[in-house]
Amino acid sequence: MNVSRHFGDVKAVDRVHLDVPDGEFFTMLGPSGSGKTTCLRMVAGFDHPTAGKIELYGQDVTNLPPYERDVTTVFQDYALFPHMTVFDNVAYGLKIRKLPESQIQQQVGDMLELVRLPGMSKRKPSQLSGGQRQRVALARALVTHPRVLLLDEPLGALDLKLRQQMQIELKNIQQQVGITFIYVTHDQEEALTMSDHIAIFNLGKIEQVGTPAEVYEHPATEFVAGFVGVSNLVRSPLAESITGSPQTFSIRPEKIRLGEVGGSAPKNMHSATGIIREVVYLGINTRYIVDLDGGGELMVVEQNMETTSMDVVEARGRKVNLMWDKSHARFIGGQA
Amino acid sequence: MRSDSSRRAPLLLTLVVAAVIIFLYFPATVIAIYAFTIEDKLVTFPPPSLTLNWFPITAGRSDLWESFSYSLAIASISMVFATILGTLAAAAVNRLTFRGKDAIAFLLILPIALPGIVTGIALSSSMNVLGIDKNFWTIVAGHVTFCTVTVYNNVIARFRRMGNSQIEASMDLGASGFETFKNIILPGLATALLAGALLAFALSMDEIIVTKLLSGSETTLPVWIYSQLSNRPRNRPITNVVALFVLATTFIPVILAYRWSEQASSEE
Amino acid sequence: MTTPAHAKERETVRPPSSILRDISTFLYRRPWLIMTLLLAPPLLWLGVVYLGSLGALTLNSFYIYNSFSGQVTPGFTLNNYAKLFGGSNPTIVFRSAGMAATVTAICMALAFPVGYYMARYASPRLKRFLYLSVLLPLWSSYIVRIYAWKTILANEGVLNWFLNQVGLAGARDALLTAPVIGGNSLSVSIIGMLLVFVYVWLPYMILPIQASLERVPQSVLDASSDLGARPFTTFWKVTLPLAIPGVVAGSIFTFSLTLGDYIIPNTLGSTLFIGNIVERNLGANNNLPLAAAMTVVPMIVMITYLLLARKTGAFDAL
Repeated sequence: MNVSRHFGDVKAVDRVHLDVPDGEFFTMLGPSGSGKTTCLRMVAGFDHPTAGKIELYGQDVTNLPPYERDVTTVFQDYALFPHMTVFDNVAYGLKIRKLPESQIQQQVGDMLELVRLPGMSKRKPSQLSGGQRQRVALARALVTHPRVLLLDEPLGALDLKLRQQMQIELKNIQQQVGITFIYVTHDQEEALTMSDHIAIFNLGKIEQVGTPAEVYEHPATEFVAGFVGVSNLVRSPLAESITGSPQTFSIRPEKIRLGEVGGSAPKNMHSATGIIREVVYLGINTRYIVDLDGGGELMVVEQNMETTSMDVVEARGRKVNLMWDKSHARFIGGQA
Repeated sequence: MRSDSSRRAPLLLTLVVAAVIIFLYFPATVIAIYAFTIEDKLVTFPPPSLTLNWFPITAGRSDLWESFSYSLAIASISMVFATILGTLAAAAVNRLTFRGKDAIAFLLILPIALPGIVTGIALSSSMNVLGIDKNFWTIVAGHVTFCTVTVYNNVIARFRRMGNSQIEASMDLGASGFETFKNIILPGLATALLAGALLAFALSMDEIIVTKLLSGSETTLPVWIYSQLSNRPRNRPITNVVALFVLATTFIPVILAYRWSEQASSEE
Repeated sequence: MTTPAHAKERETVRPPSSILRDISTFLYRRPWLIMTLLLAPPLLWLGVVYLGSLGALTLNSFYIYNSFSGQVTPGFTLNNYAKLFGGSNPTIVFRSAGMAATVTAICMALAFPVGYYMARYASPRLKRFLYLSVLLPLWSSYIVRIYAWKTILANEGVLNWFLNQVGLAGARDALLTAPVIGGNSLSVSIIGMLLVFVYVWLPYMILPIQASLERVPQSVLDASSDLGARPFTTFWKVTLPLAIPGVVAGSIFTFSLTLGDYIIPNTLGSTLFIGNIVERNLGANNNLPLAAAMTVVPMIVMITYLLLARKTGAFDAL
């Protein structure tokens, strides 16, 4: 156990209790204003909780200023010092610690290699690209060997391809270096890609904590089901007519099969009939929006194994019987 | 708005602008010419002939040098105090919420927005009440009051451009508040500080109204020039040289200040 | 040499502790203390000393002045303010206000084209050049600029020589005999004062206008023309209103500085303005109460003006 926050209570964060396991890539996920960044800042020491405490490896750090905590941060805007070179930026923390010059040279050099920026030491931040600045920020934060590294939506400013590349790199670096990473993002795909565990925030509270698979397959609340991955939420009375239980359930679009109308569904499956209203051809798969006869709609995603774009166009308006395995229906808040 | 130099400005507009700029510089040019003229009583135009004679004569006037150094001393010290006060105020406002910021900005601008006589008489009568004699320090006190705002404006603009994340990053990496100030804040503010200080210096060097109300027996250079205006022209040529000299000396700080405040924006 | 080791095996090096760090931590946990320390000196000086002096001045305006003995006694009388309504004082006040307003108006008219040109048409280099060209006169010596004009306007000076050459001497004389603005000669006349006032304060008006015009987002102008507005309409309905804060900011200076000035009136004429009266009463008579009363008038006017200007957002343009 390395970071525990009990009852962090600031206006933006409402009685959050979180234990972050050691050595993990831990993500705090949620929409803007959900309190995740505030939590991160409290761990870093920039915001003070109104009530509660923050413990780092057993030590109560709640009242310590940021410079007394063994925690460093990669900021959203990188916060590089513009009047210093890359080398001086990365070496900053080491110089504060009054380490010998030779050691500083060594460690900075190693770190720049780790983030794959060799030979950039003499440059100034204004001469670097966004991706390069991001790596410098990372190097700067890691070189002091913190016990926990905090990352505040560091990839937000990068374009898609670069972002995906950096996601993999960050994960690798974390595993290589072995430090606990606490990562904040609003991008659920990013969270699912990189994390060992995810905490989902909403309106200052934590909705669920779990592994990516757990959070995706077994959402604890409606919010989680809707936020992580695309999901279909079915509420009563429609839910009851399909499953026999009044509890709201969610079913992932890729788990639904489009079948012919007529005939009954196998015993282990739920079914519902409807008409295809919209079809979107996405190359790898096709997305269908189906208006259910019982009211409401469901999104269905099917891989285009045999379907061609021609078939897809003709699909609109077709009557279908949707079926899915009963075990794939996730009841919100526990099993029915 | 975006400047579009591909679009031609209307001719009339360009002429007006050119005229205004020439208008602004015309008097200085005239003075420059006059400083070299041989004529010593009147200001006939065109000047009969040119000479460098008046320069050494003016340089020989020790009373003028005294006034000049008096002005210099006042300006330098006022500059230092104004810089300290202005920076402190800017640092405070940087952390503040909306309401306090307005009030403080208002307070700071008051001495410079109110007519000089108001500031001058107010401070002067306070000093009378407190039984303080008018001297070097009373003038400094007056100057500091209205010079602070120039430093404040420059520094707070720089604070806004810097943003807080650099400061947070520094502390995050282990630097205490003081270390952060020395390593990050001060270098970041440096050129803005200097620019504001220089402007304060120029402002102080030039001031007359408040100075007259708060000074003792000594005079500053601008006050001396003023005295030459009210009397029948006795020392015209010398005054011309002095005028040219003053113009030249304010030239340099202003250009430097401009360079320095522009510098930071190119650094980012 | 160092292979990336597991977190637990690597030691975390702490920065060395020191007194300064402890003080820093002490302060960090008490942000209100930091604020107090930062604000105390400037607030003490400006708030207490300056505002206090202004208050004392206002108090003084109510004190009693004995013209025989030259004594000032604390007390309360509205005598001084009453004097403001008597004799030539009202004329002086109106004259000062009128001059201030005229100067402001002329400055606005001259400054706006320059600011507009700088923001709209000037290339970056030209813009910098123009900016510097306006900045220099603003900060260069006030008294020297007045002195320069005195010599230019003198009977034997440049302007008269030019007018004589061009044959406009008659026009000039006619102008000088005009009521209100006329005078003995160009260098001793109201029109001369007006000219010098405008000259001296013009940069104060140009820069804020230029600043606020710069801030007009191009996208707003594009949207306006996109919606079908002709260039003039865009200018009138979009650009101009957005430039108002800058104009107001500039006017604060031109109005205030003209209102209280006595140097230009002294140098270029014998007509009396508020500043002259104040100076007189202060000097020879030592009639501080009357001088104070006279000063309180522009003070109140300007403070009101400032408070109103704040509403228009002019402060951001400074």
